[in-house]
Amino acid sequence: MTISYLITGGTTPDGIATDIAIDANGTIAHLGNSLAAEAAQTIDATGKIVLPGLVDLHTHLREPGNDDAETVETGTQAAAKGGFTAVHAMANSNPVADTAGVVEQVYRLGRQSGWTDVHPVGAVTVGLAGERLAELSAMYDSTAQVTMFSDDGMCVWDPVLMRRALEYVKSFDGFIAQHAQEPRLTEGAQMNESALSSELGLAGWPAVAEESIIARDVLLAQHVDSRIHICHVSTAGSVELIRWAKSQGINVTAEVTPHHLLLTEDYVKTYDPVYKVNPPLRKDSDVHALREGLADGTIDTVGTDHAPHTQETKQCEWVVAAMGMTGLETALPVIQHAMVDTGLLDWHGVARVMSANPARIYRHAEQGQLTKSGGLVEGAVANLVVYDPHHKFTVNPTDHASKSTNSPYRGMELSGQVTDVFYRGHQVVADANLTTPYRHS
Amino acid sequence: MRHLLATRDLSYDHALAILDTAQEMASVSDRSIKKLPTLRGQTVVNLFFEDSTRTRTSFEAAAKRLSADVLNFAVKTSSVSKGESLKDTVQTLEAIGGDAIVMRHWASGAAQQLANFGWSSSAVINAGDGTHEHPTQALLDAFTLRNRLYNQQGTGKDLAGIHIVIVGDILHSRVARSNVWLLHTLGAKVTLSGPPTLMPVGVHTWPVEVNYDLDALLAQRPEAVMMLRVQAERMSGDFFPSAAEYTRRWGLTNDRYKKIANTPTLIMHPGPMNRGLEISAAAADSAQNTALEQVANGVSVRMAVLYLLLAGQLGQ
Repeated sequence: MTISYLITGGTTPDGIATDIAIDANGTIAHLGNSLAAEAAQTIDATGKIVLPGLVDLHTHLREPGNDDAETVETGTQAAAKGGFTAVHAMANSNPVADTAGVVEQVYRLGRQSGWTDVHPVGAVTVGLAGERLAELSAMYDSTAQVTMFSDDGMCVWDPVLMRRALEYVKSFDGFIAQHAQEPRLTEGAQMNESALSSELGLAGWPAVAEESIIARDVLLAQHVDSRIHICHVSTAGSVELIRWAKSQGINVTAEVTPHHLLLTEDYVKTYDPVYKVNPPLRKDSDVHALREGLADGTIDTVGTDHAPHTQETKQCEWVVAAMGMTGLETALPVIQHAMVDTGLLDWHGVARVMSANPARIYRHAEQGQLTKSGGLVEGAVANLVVYDPHHKFTVNPTDHASKSTNSPYRGMELSGQVTDVFYRGHQVVADANLTTPYRHS
Repeated sequence: MRHLLATRDLSYDHALAILDTAQEMASVSDRSIKKLPTLRGQTVVNLFFEDSTRTRTSFEAAAKRLSADVLNFAVKTSSVSKGESLKDTVQTLEAIGGDAIVMRHWASGAAQQLANFGWSSSAVINAGDGTHEHPTQALLDAFTLRNRLYNQQGTGKDLAGIHIVIVGDILHSRVARSNVWLLHTLGAKVTLSGPPTLMPVGVHTWPVEVNYDLDALLAQRPEAVMMLRVQAERMSGDFFPSAAEYTRRWGLTNDRYKKIANTPTLIMHPGPMNRGLEISAAAADSAQNTALEQVANGVSVRMAVLYLLLAGQLGQ
């Protein structure tokens, strides 16, 4: 067996120093100590963590239609630099990914790019309009084999339509990812509804607008015995609702973004639209509850909600600025800062919420494989991230691979650097720089 | 202090300095030649992204009385209507040669963005931004109150111990916000009244009391009652059942006015007034109503602000 790469001295998520040999077929050939392999390229990971490739259930790649903000190529380059080996591209492109044709286009662009797996998310409703179900089966039957559907950016507000969607996707083990936002309660909303929004004169986005939809939808999922995933949970009340739903045996999963785990509404005082995001940045108490929820398993996974925008749509008045932040390239350092450095998660926990759990939710066979104790799996596809948690840096979005620079962490001091990434056994990132993409056969 | 963006962060000393300077400026308006040479050679740009007659004219008069050149820039005749960004618009104007930018904008925070994002090197004066703040309106209101209460002898005095009731559409009012912060800074007691649907979320954290019973408040004989315009244009959906019901509960109707007529309670209104909705004709036309004085005092206050910012008389 030809060994292509040997990663030495790194610590796997179970906390054990382990050498990793990757073979020419792109699988993890051997795990152990003092491995030696002839003709292998050796990567010294001493002092670093080796995690399974990260999986993001919530990415905006903007292509087709908005390729001035991002393309599948640049978005997946950003993902690779952030340690992701699979991303799920949300459907709010232009045209909307609501047909087999569009999801196949996105899937094909991902294969051509070769930096990560790209799984298109299909729209639940035609044009995200919330009026008629899109052809969900056609998207599942397409080359892209879509099983995750979301009108993200818009809430599937009509309860009957939501019920039908939940019922319909059961025929192919699909699930609905809900952007929980009651539209009437958030008309014109600009930031979290609070004393601060009143002071700043910005229309408020109340927590109850998220919580009321989550409450409805977990009950609907229970009623029709289907699977539901809650996107970007942002309030303490939402965490409580999901905790309750899980305690009732309801088949619900949930994600939280890195920015909701770190930033609060106080940043809005600057009126800098880089902090404008949907759902909005909330309060300290919400951040605390979200961290606790992620640590105790109530929230299953971290979804970046990477939302690139052009400077034109961000460098303008707050009220008209686009909502969203980039996040793929900073996700791991932010999670380290918010969850690991605070003692809420160890590296096994990070591997669980950023790799194993999202892979489990999407039923990926080739991503997120971990043993029960957090070790890597011999024989698994070599999707791996080598991460240096000690590297200190100042975030500078102009260094990012993403086309867009709307990172809320600009100028912030963080720790952690993705130094090497192996995608299907091919090294796509070396010494924190992109190398060459993987070529699908 | 380089800019005047909000009263929320205006210090007591700076607020008093503006009011005292306005007192001096008011005397200029009484002269036959209403002009000072102070800002000769400087240019004040009135940049109005929202329609306004009284505020723009007031700033223009203030700048001209200080001998500054004035450029009036209305959004409907600008390249903004062709899609130019705020940043580009301001930088174009600066290239023409503005020293101060007086900006009214429909977006909350626009003045802060201009001052703090490196888009402009001029002094920025917020002439009203969205539903956020309108600091010179609050300053002229305080100036009017001080003049009335202290019979033009208010120099050096604050508003400690004074009770002001602000009534109506607090939620959509930048005037109310600026007044709340400034009146509090100057030591006044502020009570807000109006429909609960038009009270801002989190108002309990503000330095005010909230009392929905306007009759009970008027019976307390506050020094002033400030009636706000109901801003129907900012409302989506029903904030109260009908105009008639609003007037019955929170309007300064004839019956309510009669109860405070010939008392020391002043009636204030930032204008324009919706007669018959938040204020009756009798109350609007009464000698207790300071609305026209407020307009006149606006020029003095804006002269003071321009003078202090452009002549560099306000310390850091």
